[in-house]
Amino acid sequence: MITGYGPIQRTVRVWAPVLFFLFVALLPFYWMAITSIKPNSELYSLRANPLLVHAPTLKHYVDLLTTTSFLVWTWNTMLVAVISTAISLVLGIMLAYPLARINFPGAGLIAISVAAVYLVPQPLLFIPLADVINRLDLGNTLTSVILTYPTMLVPFCAWLLLGYFKTVPMELEEAARIDGASRLQTMRRIFLPLCTPGFISAGIFAFTLAQNEFLYALIFLTKSSVRTVPVGVISELIKGDVFYWGQLMAAALLGSIPVAIIYSFFVEHYVAGLTSGAVKG
Amino acid sequence: MAIRSEPLVAVGRRPRQPISLSNWLDRGTVFSWLMMTPPILFLVALVGYPFCYGIVLSLQDRAVAQTGTFVGLNNFIRDANDPVFWRVVANTFIYTGVATVLKMVGGLGLALAMNQQFKLKNLIRALLLLPFIVPTVLSTVAFMWMLDPAFSVVNRLLFELGVPKPGPSWLGNPILAMFSIIMINTWRGLPFYGITLLAGLQTVPVELYEAATIDGASGWQRFRYVTLPILQPIILIVTLFSVIFTFADFQLVYVLTHGGPQNATNLLATYAFDIGMGAGQLGLGASVALTMLPALALLIVAITLYLRKKS
Repeated sequence: MITGYGPIQRTVRVWAPVLFFLFVALLPFYWMAITSIKPNSELYSLRANPLLVHAPTLKHYVDLLTTTSFLVWTWNTMLVAVISTAISLVLGIMLAYPLARINFPGAGLIAISVAAVYLVPQPLLFIPLADVINRLDLGNTLTSVILTYPTMLVPFCAWLLLGYFKTVPMELEEAARIDGASRLQTMRRIFLPLCTPGFISAGIFAFTLAQNEFLYALIFLTKSSVRTVPVGVISELIKGDVFYWGQLMAAALLGSIPVAIIYSFFVEHYVAGLTSGAVKG
Repeated sequence: MAIRSEPLVAVGRRPRQPISLSNWLDRGTVFSWLMMTPPILFLVALVGYPFCYGIVLSLQDRAVAQTGTFVGLNNFIRDANDPVFWRVVANTFIYTGVATVLKMVGGLGLALAMNQQFKLKNLIRALLLLPFIVPTVLSTVAFMWMLDPAFSVVNRLLFELGVPKPGPSWLGNPILAMFSIIMINTWRGLPFYGITLLAGLQTVPVELYEAATIDGASGWQRFRYVTLPILQPIILIVTLFSVIFTFADFQLVYVLTHGGPQNATNLLATYAFDIGMGAGQLGLGASVALTMLPALALLIVAITLYLRKKS
């Protein structure tokens, strides 16, 4: 596009808004990082420049890893996120494949119901679900969240995969059918291997959602040994009015890193997943 | 596949289609419904059943670990006569409305900024998405520390700019507390709008801009008459999604203010939690949660109708 600006003005016009948004997005992370390496004397000093650190220390990290159950929470979070993502992908595929590929009576109704279930927010369900989990005697077990996270993730994966499946050409499957393959064989041997990028998108999304979940974990998990990172941090690093800010910030940073790493490898898939619902529909 | 020996058929008669189990299973309708049965059963058991059970609970006087008694609409009548409940409803609408407008406008700005040509674009896009992917509870804890009454870095910086000490009480003053949770929600949700709208912007054909420029349209006019109309359906769907999840927001408020000071930031989800889990009144809590349903149902129907029209 032709603009009537010189190179300097153009650079400012392009970079000023980008830098503004970057500053806003990253400031809290900078603050987390810098706080987590400050000794307490600097943390609670009103004279030192708060944006800098003079005598960096790893004490808060050492304390976090040795005196709290942070590593246990991290393990629990990973375990729950991986299993509930796997369950959700399998069940999501079982919903999405027939809806995307086969004409059958009732398909429209099911597709709409899946979208509607995805949009039912947790706060509408948590009180009755708490009672259900109690009656099943699943309180304080990881099974309680492994069972309930897929209630959000299955409709989500199904919806995302439905969109993806529709973009895959039909010819290969038709050829397999003509050659006498059954529907199940066609799906397993021909179709699913073609859809790996779709599974990665849906899987990363489901994984981040599972890592992020707070409400169900807060209600169902009240023992330290079964807690996930968000609940553990809120319930055990904040004791009454006493805040261990150095440890809290170290935990916030360490807790964010697994998601950030996974996502940095698959950012293209993540963006594709994010936009497929809205743009491609 | 099973190998079957076909019965000999007399010449001139058409062979009857043999009905075997594997053929039956291979019919489109049968295959589809069999395939969908496990996920549907799962969702009925853990979404459908709790949903209906929530309605039953809301009609009961029911404390934790006790059997409930049916009380009809009494819980809802109690809600309607509870001034805190109406305060919470108003809070929820203000929170949702203001945060949605801010995210929409800011997200459009973010998308336009990102739609230009500059170096390190992929890295910057990845960094800008961070607020959206990092667990909300953890980033909210960072904000809590940034707004701490005694050691707020925001107030320290404001002091340098000439604002007298001790500076604003971000989480202690009712209006500022609402302002704070709205800003943090916006911070978190902005990348979702930004990236989705950016994808929409990239579908706008360059020819349209060129044609508009040749016709003498200014930058603002190109945006107003070319970009916005094309983005409109995407803005609509992103906003509907975002409104639902903002309306039912829980974790940000629970972590940052617990609904305080004096219920100034209590939302329907956090209030239902206080009553249902905190005070153990499952029935009353379920009734508070269910009052979200009419507004949510309207939005859900709007989205599903829109999606159906599109597909």
